[in-house]
Parts: sequence; C-alpha cells; structure tokens
Amino acid sequence: MDRHRTRATILSILSLGLGQIYNRQYIKGAIFLLVEVLGIAYFINYLSFAFWGITTLGDTPTGFVKFKSASGIMVSKLVQGDHSIIIMIQSLITLLFLTLFIIAYIMNIKDANRIGSLRDAGHKPNNFKQSVRYILDYKFAQVFLVLPAIGILFFTIMPIIFMIMLAFTNYSAPDHIPPAKLVNWVGFETFTNLVSLGTWSHTFYGVLTWTIIWAVLSTVTTYFGGMLVALLVSQQGIKFKGMWRTLLIIPYAIPQLISLLVMKNLFNGQFGPINQYFGYFGLGGLPWLTDPFWAKVTVIVVNMWVGIPVSMLLIMGVLTTIPKDMYEAAEVDGATGFQKFKIVTLPMILFTTAPTLITQFAGNINNFNAIYLLTAGNPVNGDYQYAGSTDLLVTWLYKLTLDQNKNNMASAVGIIIFVIVASFSIYNYRRTRSFKEEDMIQ
Amino acid sequence: MIGRKLANRLRLIVSYIVLVILAVCALYPALWVVLASFRPGKSLYSKTLIPESFTLEHYRELFTSNTFMFTHWYMNTLKIALFSMIFGVLLTLLTSYAVSRFRFRARKTALSTILVLGMFPGFMSMIAIFLLLKELNLLDTHMALIIVYACGAPLGGTLIAKGFFDTIPRSLDEAARIDGASNFMIFRKIILPLSRPMLTYMALTQFVGPWVDFIFARLILRTKDNWTLAVGLWDIVNTSQNSNFTLFAAASVFIAIPIIILFIFLQRLLVDGLTSGASKG
Repeated sequence: MDRHRTRATILSILSLGLGQIYNRQYIKGAIFLLVEVLGIAYFINYLSFAFWGITTLGDTPTGFVKFKSASGIMVSKLVQGDHSIIIMIQSLITLLFLTLFIIAYIMNIKDANRIGSLRDAGHKPNNFKQSVRYILDYKFAQVFLVLPAIGILFFTIMPIIFMIMLAFTNYSAPDHIPPAKLVNWVGFETFTNLVSLGTWSHTFYGVLTWTIIWAVLSTVTTYFGGMLVALLVSQQGIKFKGMWRTLLIIPYAIPQLISLLVMKNLFNGQFGPINQYFGYFGLGGLPWLTDPFWAKVTVIVVNMWVGIPVSMLLIMGVLTTIPKDMYEAAEVDGATGFQKFKIVTLPMILFTTAPTLITQFAGNINNFNAIYLLTAGNPVNGDYQYAGSTDLLVTWLYKLTLDQNKNNMASAVGIIIFVIVASFSIYNYRRTRSFKEEDMIQ
Repeated sequence: MIGRKLANRLRLIVSYIVLVILAVCALYPALWVVLASFRPGKSLYSKTLIPESFTLEHYRELFTSNTFMFTHWYMNTLKIALFSMIFGVLLTLLTSYAVSRFRFRARKTALSTILVLGMFPGFMSMIAIFLLLKELNLLDTHMALIIVYACGAPLGGTLIAKGFFDTIPRSLDEAARIDGASNFMIFRKIILPLSRPMLTYMALTQFVGPWVDFIFARLILRTKDNWTLAVGLWDIVNTSQNSNFTLFAAASVFIAIPIIILFIFLQRLLVDGLTSGASKG
C-alpha cells in the first residue's frame, strides 16, 4: 500500500529532486535538481581540498626550491608555500556549504517521503502554487528566519568556529606566522600554557582578578549611584524634576567614544584641567592615568560618570510603578522615611531590575571601550605578558591579537571569557519570567 | 511640628546642593570641550576654563584641512550608519517577529543561541571576518562594514524587540486572520504600525553604533579616504595627544551634536525601550 512512498523516498535518496518529480511536483523537483547541480559543481572543485586543508593546514612551507635551469645549472628560487590560515578559512567555508547541502538533502528526502505517503492515502499532491501558499501559511517563521540566519551563520558563527579552532593551533608570533611558516594543530597545549606556564599564567590570573574586581565594582557603583540619584530627584518637594533629569542624562547622550576620549584628556597628568584645579587648592596633582592604583580608580570613577545616568533612568522608571498605597500602608504602621525605603522601595527596585543588573555585570566584564579608550590598559606592568595594570581580559585579548600576533593565546582567552559571560547570561535569561511564562501573556 | 518642618527644609536644601554638584559634574566635561573648541591655539593646557578670546578657526580648519578630511568622513559615516540601520532593523524585525509570534520546533534553541552568540566578544571574531572579507574582495569598502553591522544587529536587538512584540495582544492577529489576512499583511498592517516606539529605539541604537565604532572600522578601512569619523577622531587623539587638542575638541562637538539631538528628542522612547526589557523581568 505504500508503493508511492517507498519509490519517492528511494528516488530522492538517489538524487535531489527525483522524488518530487516522481510525485509530479515538477517545479519543486527542478529547483531541488538545480541545487544538486550547483552543489556538485562546487564540491567537485573544493571538497577534497577542504578535507585535506582542515586536517593538515597545508604542508608546503614557503622556501627556496632547487631545480635545474634550462642551461643545466642548479638555481634556487623562492616558492610560495601554503598559507595555513587562508587554507583553514577556505576549508571551513566549504564545510559550512557542505552542511547546508546535507540539510537540503535531508529536507528533500523527508519531503518526498511525506508527499509519497499522502499520495498513497489517495490525496493529490500540491501543485507549485499551493506549495508556496502552504509554506507562507504554516512555515512562515522559518521562511522569515532564513535571511537573518544566513547572515548570522557567516558573520558570527563561522568566525566563532574559526576562533575556537585557532585556540588549538600554534598560530602565534614569532615562529608560526604564515605565509612564511606553517601552522599546525597542537591540541590543548595553548590552554595548558595559559594556566600553568610561568609568565602567562601569572598574567592570566592577574588580569582575571582585576577583570572580576572591575566588573563587580563598576556594576555596583553605577547601580547604587544611579539609585541614589533617582531617589534624590524623585523626592517629595523637589521642584523642576524634568529639568534635573534632563541635565543628569547628558552624559548618556554623548557618544561614549567621545566622552571617554575627552575624559582621557581631562585626567591628563601634565596638562589636564583636573590636576590644574588641584594645583589651585595647593594640592599636588595625582598621576591619574599613569600610576597602577590611581589608573584603576580613574577608570571606575569615569565609568560611574558614564553609567550612572542609565541606571538612574531605569530606576526612575521603576519608581513610578510602585503603587502609592504601599507607602500609605507603611505610614499608617508608623514607618519612618528610611524604613519605608528599606521595606518598600528597595525590594521593589531590586526585584524588577535584577535581570538588568546581571546583564550589566556581564557587559562590564566585556567593557572594552571604557578601558581601551581611557587608559589603553596602561600603565604597562613589567611582570605581565603584553598586559598593563588596567587591562581586562578583553583588552588583553585585543592586544594579543592585533599588536602581538599571539593569536592562539588570544583565542584561548576569548573562549574563557565567553564561558564566563555566557553562563551568567543563560542563567539570567532562563530564570526571567519573560522566558518561563511567555505564553501566559495575553 | 516645627522641628519636623525644619528637618524637611534641611533635607531639601541638602538635596538641592547635592543635585547642583551632580549636575555640574555631569555637564562639566561637555562644557569644557565646547569651550576648548573655541580657544585659540592648539594645546590642551589652558589657564582658565573660559578662554580669553573666542575663535572659530578650528571649525574652519575642520572643513578645509587636507590631512583631516572631516566632511568626507562625515558623509562616509552617514552613509554607513544609514544603510546599516535600514538593513539591521529589517533583519532584527524579521527575527523577532518570527520568534515572538510563531511556535515552531527549535524555537527555544534559536532564542538561546541568539542570546549566547550576542555575548561573544565581538572582536574575537574580527580576524575571521577580516579573512572572510578578504576572500570576498571586500576589504577597505563601506559595503563590508554595512554587511557586518547589519548581520550583527539581530544578535543585539532581537530579545528586546521580541519582548515588545509579545506585549501586542495576539487577539489582533487572530481577528485579522479570520478576516483573511495573510501573515505578511498582518505583519505590515498590524504589527509594524503598533511597534513604532520599538522601531525608533532600534533604529537609533543601530544608527549610533556605526557612528562610534572605531575598532572594527579601523581594521577594515585601510585608506584614509574611506575612514569614518570615529577612526579619524581616534587617530587625532593617538597621533597628536596634546599638540592638536583644540581641533579634536571641535571635531568631537560636531560628531556628538546630531546624536545628542536625537537622544533629547527621543528621550521618552528610550526610557520605554530601556525599561521594557526590565519591567517584565
């Protein structure tokens, strides 16, 4: 009884589109066939190269090759060898296409199978117009997602896979930089070096500690700073609330790139106005950006300037949603102002902004701009490998890649940052109501 | 009773004093740069906050200088920001509408993937993107930046936009569907008009992003002709820290002004956009 189903399935396994043509869906079949022709034309040229490339990362180094010239003398000539990194990315792209092709193949088999069994049950298969209609009505979301998904696949996922792969190679200066030298797979060596090899591990733990201190301090200072300012402005009896809010919001409206570069000049130890004003009061200037300790203080203070307005806006928004009768009830019970804050305001704010707080914490771990534009990670720390005293893991990673070409180390650091940040975010998102109860709304 | 009134008064006075100090702190850097941009001379150091004489020389220099191609960069930046805003918003809308309105297999996985990918340090993938763009022969073009910014947009904006779409009652869709509207029509006629605040918020963040990104732009744009404002500005600060400060100040003012204006006008919407993520936490 399942004659059509078996035949269509077998035909579709033999070649893309055949099953559909057997099912008399000619246009659909032709489209699948076209995909197959294009795919085969592409893979004939590239697939074996991709498998070879991804396993060996190239095997001919650039070098002089001796050969006999026409006149019979031995001469040596520079021959370009394999560029391991380019081979790696080309192979990766080909393999991604292969994955897409395999997905198309599976879809084709499933489709032939389904239509075949429909025919066995005595239904007439959809013609092309009906198929399109069906997709738009029932598979709309998937169709909608195709375009963003392709963009994300090639410009986010592919680069991430590439970087993860790099962490397992020896792609680093000075000995393994293509095109002069080849790059090889080394397994977990990079990670072991990072956590156990003298200077590297010292730098890694030092920078990691400061990253965590920074993330905690910068989140806490901006959050509670913002809360204080919000409470101050929305106090009973304060006039011109809108004006105060607009004034205090200004730092948020100035693009960070500009405000941070301006701050860098403001805190300039020699010529900056801050030290100049200190001078007026007879105080000596402070080495704001050049002393390891003061540089850390400066980045946190400047980050407060940048971050407090955002928290203020957020918390002011929450304050307006707290029901008045809660305060009235507290007053009836004889609560003082501070008690009202402790019992009503604070829990309400914390409850509603907790997810944002965690997001901010995760964002601060990766806060590249705040550090790089202000201190560039400096002052340089002599004990560290290519890192300064205010460097976060991200800025260190940036220096390792772009300035030092220690790409494999940088990738390993990146993977570690990613694991830390991602676990916070996933935990955070999974426990929010909007994730758990999303179908409860309306 | 009198004691309480006095305490109240004291509290208000202290509050006003603190507010004034805070406002001064908030405004001072901005004020300082604006004033510096009108100051004669080039150096960072100045005896007084308010310059002894005002000059427009630095602004003139911005538009005439041969080494600092300000107008050229301004147009570059505007072009990149506009296009990546349009495409970025479009892609984000597609993604967030699909995950908000439809229930399909792998939907939760898709959501978590978006969240996790958004957390990846962006420039970790820079080298790979650099090599990919090299393969595609797109290095040193504006197209490359637009593609990368737009493709990255759904990662940042989807969850916020999805949260917003979730609040549009689904009964509206259902009513339209009963009247025979297709999915596309529902999207165009119902969802889009209702999500204007979210659209504005997304467009603004997408527009400002390219305006201030210097890391990626510096990597991709090699020739000075193609630079964006952010790259140029960063270049002045890094190559001539104190020797050309006033020019930097003038450029900063010019770059910041359009964005500040946008922010002030869209303040309300921004607050809504910020809090819509939080209030449903």
